[in-house]
Amino acid sequence: MVEAIIFYMLAAVVLVSGTAVILSRNPVHSVLWLILAFFNSAGLFLLLGAEFLAMLLVIVYVGAVAVLFLFVVMMLDIDFASLRAGFVSYLPFGLILAGLLAGELIVAAGAAAVIGPPAGAPPTPVLTSMAGISNTEAIGALLYTRYVYVFQGAGMILLTAMIGAIVLTHRSRGGVKRQNIARQVARQPGEAVRITKPKVGEGVEL
Amino acid sequence: MIGLEHYITVGAILFVLGVLGIALNRKNVIVILMSIELILLAVNINLVAFSAYLGDLTGQIFAMFVLTVAAGEAAIGLAILVLYFRNRGTIAVDQINQMKG
Repeated sequence: MVEAIIFYMLAAVVLVSGTAVILSRNPVHSVLWLILAFFNSAGLFLLLGAEFLAMLLVIVYVGAVAVLFLFVVMMLDIDFASLRAGFVSYLPFGLILAGLLAGELIVAAGAAAVIGPPAGAPPTPVLTSMAGISNTEAIGALLYTRYVYVFQGAGMILLTAMIGAIVLTHRSRGGVKRQNIARQVARQPGEAVRITKPKVGEGVEL
Repeated sequence: MIGLEHYITVGAILFVLGVLGIALNRKNVIVILMSIELILLAVNINLVAFSAYLGDLTGQIFAMFVLTVAAGEAAIGLAILVLYFRNRGTIAVDQINQMKG
């Protein structure tokens, strides 16, 4: 009973904030609603017993992706009002599309309920989070053995994303003083130091 | 325990919301990217729900990789967005096809 109440609370907040993400006028508000949606889906994951993924969602999405969005939204000086110009004209098409998709999903779910589970033996569970082993431990045991190559592939994807982002946004600006190491090393004492014998009261000519 | 279909329903509604967001905010690429994040979140909810109900951890592992790809996609997408804004002074992407050539 308590679980049901918590589920409906979390699910309602997820859906409401998801709606607010796509409808709010200011993208900063959209990002904040998105953060709320992520937090509540993390709660849903906790309810399902996937603690590791819930924490990962909070760290990766709220801590990195949403902050990245916030940075970009606040850094760029954008006239958001003009971007909303075609909103109403897109509304009928969008609603038709959404209705079609929702209808298809409902039909598919209904068909699956009518047909029932596929024939044959059910797939053998790979590894469940048994009693005694926490969810994180079970995921680690699976991730570093059976899925280790996929894990490495995920690392390559992140590396590619990092290199891509740096290559795309890096630019060399003119008028910036930089260290020229070759000139610095090639410097001789003769061009840097001058020995003079100034007379008293006359000073040095620079 | 809550039935599986409840989670699937939440995932389906969230997915439709993401698609609707892409259709509605066709100019504002930031909201489009956020809608894609919503879609991926819906997929993750489905994966984790099935994983929990089938007692098979593969779904949660896969959701982790979806998370990885989503993070990379957000980074690259926002980098392209910054680049586009630097060149055009706007992020209205409905005329982005003029960039060809």
